[in-house]
Amino acid sequence: MFSDANRRRAVEIVAQYPNPHSAIGPLAHLAQDQDGWLTLEAMEEIAELCETTPADVQGVTSFYSMYKRRPCGKLVVSVCTNVTCLVVGGPEILEHLEHHYATDDDVWVEEVECLAACGLAPSMQVNYEFHESLTPESAEQIVDDYKAGRRTARGVSGGRVA
Amino acid sequence: MSVASGKPIEETRIVSRRLRDYPDDSHTIERFMATGGYEVLRDVLKAGDPSAIHAHVKASGLRGRGGANFPSAVKWESLPADVYPRYLVINADEGEPSTFKDRLLLERDPHQLIEGVIVESYAIGSTLAFIYIRGEFALGYDRVMTALEEARAKGFIGKNILGSGFDLEIVVHRGAGAYICGEESALIESLEGKRGMPRIKPPLPIHVGVYSKPTVVNNVETASTIPHIIRMGGEEYAKMGLNRSTGTRLAAISGHVNKPGVYELEFGLTLREIIYGIAGGIRDDRELKFFLPGGASFQWLINTDEHLDQIYDIDDITAKLGTTLGSGAIMVYDETTDPLLVAWRLAKFYAHESCGKCTPCREGTDWLEKILYRMSHGEGRPDDMDMLLDVSRGMSPDVMRAPFTQTTICPLGPSPVSAVASLQKYFRAEVEAACGVAAGVAR
Repeated sequence: MFSDANRRRAVEIVAQYPNPHSAIGPLAHLAQDQDGWLTLEAMEEIAELCETTPADVQGVTSFYSMYKRRPCGKLVVSVCTNVTCLVVGGPEILEHLEHHYATDDDVWVEEVECLAACGLAPSMQVNYEFHESLTPESAEQIVDDYKAGRRTARGVSGGRVA
Repeated sequence: MSVASGKPIEETRIVSRRLRDYPDDSHTIERFMATGGYEVLRDVLKAGDPSAIHAHVKASGLRGRGGANFPSAVKWESLPADVYPRYLVINADEGEPSTFKDRLLLERDPHQLIEGVIVESYAIGSTLAFIYIRGEFALGYDRVMTALEEARAKGFIGKNILGSGFDLEIVVHRGAGAYICGEESALIESLEGKRGMPRIKPPLPIHVGVYSKPTVVNNVETASTIPHIIRMGGEEYAKMGLNRSTGTRLAAISGHVNKPGVYELEFGLTLREIIYGIAGGIRDDRELKFFLPGGASFQWLINTDEHLDQIYDIDDITAKLGTTLGSGAIMVYDETTDPLLVAWRLAKFYAHESCGKCTPCREGTDWLEKILYRMSHGEGRPDDMDMLLDVSRGMSPDVMRAPFTQTTICPLGPSPVSAVASLQKYFRAEVEAACGVAAGVAR
């Protein structure tokens, strides 16, 4: 369920569009920011706000990889291995982090496609904050900094949503 | 002997001027307005003649900077007369592998984009514009949202802008991790709250777009360029570049070069001048092996004079070498790179990002990925290269043709076939050696 404040925000978002159906994606981001993942209850509420069915909301959102369909911990670590990161050490960073945080419920390590951070590759995002020019060691240090609160995470979808 | 373009081997900064001159605060409204920002908007609203904007853009020869190179003024002219509402949609869903120029504009000069959106909306008669921004661009999203609030506070957005009688709302819509939504009709589907699957064309978005209304879809760099064209004058802008490739273009150069990054280049330099001059040459004094001159979807080029002397010109490179300047990405690989590994990773990308609507793409990308995986990981079989070509024929008949033949609703499907064709064209012997053909070993 949306909190009262988020419910008000959700209504504002829906009103931005000529057709409420357009708000499915933005509201899914909002719900995910609040809950950490996209719950069935949230999809039902989004359906009501967007004047459609929960099945439609699930059908649409399951197409997009950023909507998480199960809890994924406090930190989403997205490591690029696409064709620039590929040749400058991206896969090694992914392998290191996957191994290192394999049993850590707070850290969700995922392989992602090009993040548009190729000038200073290899790159990753932690909760959608960019980190570039990485080594396996520096990447691990950055994730540990977030874990310890030495860096601030902006929320699963990057904080502000609309 | 290498050929020289005769142009100075340096950047020509138009859309990237402010963010390079003021790297600390180019995104703020204070810096933007202190450096001439929103003056074009004031001028065009005061003049009150949208057709004058159109005339400048037409004279400038501006072509879309997203990769399709379609002339912007011609797109506007195709809008059906007297059909309202009509919408402007900015495609900020930058996702083509190794393309990172729009992210720079979004994060570092969001007001430049917003001024472009307002001016363009005024020109085409749109009162609601959308900026569809890639979901992963959290900082870019924050910067654009903050900029919109600042612009609204100054009266540049909303009702009766600067007393002109012109109304405009701008809605920022976040994507959620689907490369295909960079294709304009898939983007429109996504904006309507659906799965991002491309629509069959015709009708084109310009006729039937968002909510079935006429819709102009423009890339971030294209819209950001428009106020500069008005400021300079369309004819003056057209003096930059050469032939029908007028003006400048942001090139995102990455890989094994000494100075990777985004560079704003006047059209007309040679690819050698760009790779060795602008980007500082190959790292660690190694040799160039191959490069992708326009993103991931088109045929590769290699280390020959013919390819390196090619002029950076939208039409010339397609006419002479069959590849394109695409999204503006240039990926450079040195002699240590296994082309099979790059081809596999590209196929993996397309297999992951296929929306699943058309069979040649849904099935073909997956098979290319599977075969290329084993070929690039020491498990290739002697007939694998021929099998790749066979699968590719099912996705894009006449595999070697460039640009590729399209069998699918959008160009995603045939895109990895470009990599297969490049392997066949330039690296057949190397591939065969890696897959045990030379030794006659059936593995």
